[in-house]
Amino acid sequence: MSSVRLPVRVGRIEAPALVAVWVREWTVFKYFWRTRTFAAIVEPVITLLAFGFGFGKLVSSIDGIPYIQFVGTGAVATAVLFSAVFSSMFDALYKRRYQRVYDAMLAAPVDVDEIVTGESLFIGVRAGVYGVAPLLVAFLFGLQPEPAMVLVPLIGALTGVGFAALGMWFATTVTTFDGFSYVISGVITPLFLVAGTFFPLNRMPQWLQSLAQLNPLYHCVELVRHCAFGLDPLADLVHVGALCGFAALAWWLAVWRTRVRLVV
Amino acid sequence: MSIHGVVKRFGDVRAVNGLDLDVPAGLCYGLLGPNGAGKSTTMRILTGQAVADGGTVEVLGHRLPDESKLARARMGVCPQESNLDVDLGVRDVLEVFARLYRVASAERPAAVDRALALAGLEQRANDRAVTLSGGMQRRLLIARALIHGPEIVLLDEPTVGLDPQIRQELWSLIVSLRESGTTVLMSTHYIEEAERLADRVAIMSAGRVVAEGTPAELILAHAGREVVDVHASMAELASLRSRAEADGLPTRHSGPSLTYLHAGDFDGRVPPGSRRSANLEDVFVRLTGDYVE
Repeated sequence: MSSVRLPVRVGRIEAPALVAVWVREWTVFKYFWRTRTFAAIVEPVITLLAFGFGFGKLVSSIDGIPYIQFVGTGAVATAVLFSAVFSSMFDALYKRRYQRVYDAMLAAPVDVDEIVTGESLFIGVRAGVYGVAPLLVAFLFGLQPEPAMVLVPLIGALTGVGFAALGMWFATTVTTFDGFSYVISGVITPLFLVAGTFFPLNRMPQWLQSLAQLNPLYHCVELVRHCAFGLDPLADLVHVGALCGFAALAWWLAVWRTRVRLVV
Repeated sequence: MSIHGVVKRFGDVRAVNGLDLDVPAGLCYGLLGPNGAGKSTTMRILTGQAVADGGTVEVLGHRLPDESKLARARMGVCPQESNLDVDLGVRDVLEVFARLYRVASAERPAAVDRALALAGLEQRANDRAVTLSGGMQRRLLIARALIHGPEIVLLDEPTVGLDPQIRQELWSLIVSLRESGTTVLMSTHYIEEAERLADRVAIMSAGRVVAEGTPAELILAHAGREVVDVHASMAELASLRSRAEADGLPTRHSGPSLTYLHAGDFDGRVPPGSRRSANLEDVFVRLTGDYVE
């Protein structure tokens, strides 16, 4: 009856546990990929088209970039944000409070940090893939492919990992889905609007520009634009560093609070 | 499994209050107690999902909570409330948990097939778990807990809320587990379940063990060989109870009757009534003061 089992080590994040969490996420994704992909891709594309055609009539270009291409590159970050943060926060609350899947997983040799890491990585990578959709649409509107654009999914994934972890942390701060209203209105919407996606921040008041430096989405937008319109190595290293720092902080918050919620 | 002096507080409430428990290997061990006795908290402490405020916990030689991951790899857990991935197919549920429990890849298909057979769900392998009946979902939960061939299985109220027929099926499953040498720790508040399945029983009340032994030992020690049920009006029962207390006769209240325990030891002093063999229910109610289901 006893099966051959791989060894378990205490006090570290183990690859077999991460793979198992990934497999679980992938298995669930196979059941729901249509709806999740539709929502993750169609929404930012519609936003892109609406802003592009709407404001595009009023604003022909920004800093020499056609407006629809400006928005198209910015909408990558929007797609990443929405697909990562919404998916992780709603799923995490559902799995913790209603389905209790985390309890089931924690009965196996998997720890909270492994669950948070595995899920954040999966959702982040998926967000990186979804984030390419607005870019593809922007190609239809004249955006020229550039070699550096192959980095866009990686930028999206790095940003997505951070927002997935942030979403998991948000999920620990509420006890019902209604509680997310505060998070969506008070945190996600400002992040979304003050990221330089739809308008350039350098024309905003100085205090807003300074505040935007704290917005991880801004750094994602800047990196994607630089991939499309010309890299700025020093600035881009700072942007990557900011995204890494954000992902690490969000991961730490998510692990800390999820552990508090799940291990009493 | 060895638990000594374990305390677990939730605010001002001591859910577990100085618990001592030693579960020998290879037995089916029943943790019997009324709701709120601390059984589920004890189970959560054993899986590392609750951390004791005091005392020591050791499972299969691993100290908890520090080494709970090592212990969990060798344990299976069937919770009181379903925590299935109900949107997944039955086979997918088992495959996911085979990975979570680190079953080697070459072993995984056989482990899943074995679990499906154990749960009698081969014909439903490709159906979503949400479409299964309550009994089937419970069997799937147990199969999931056994996917890696654990040395210890924790069953938290395994048959609660199930109809009698399904309960019998699950009892057969638990018996076969015990016969295979797996240690089973089963919490329950069903007397019959503990009496029929458990080799040893610990009766819990208010977060601690108030009695421990084989069902026969417990019955003999706390209720004697025979008891007498006396049926009367509530007023008469109250009067009889007061008199019994004054005379030092051990009794337990049983709804419309009063049961005199150790009846054989007090012949001539026990009022006339229905004489019968003592059972675990007599012990449970005597020790916990609770009515039983």
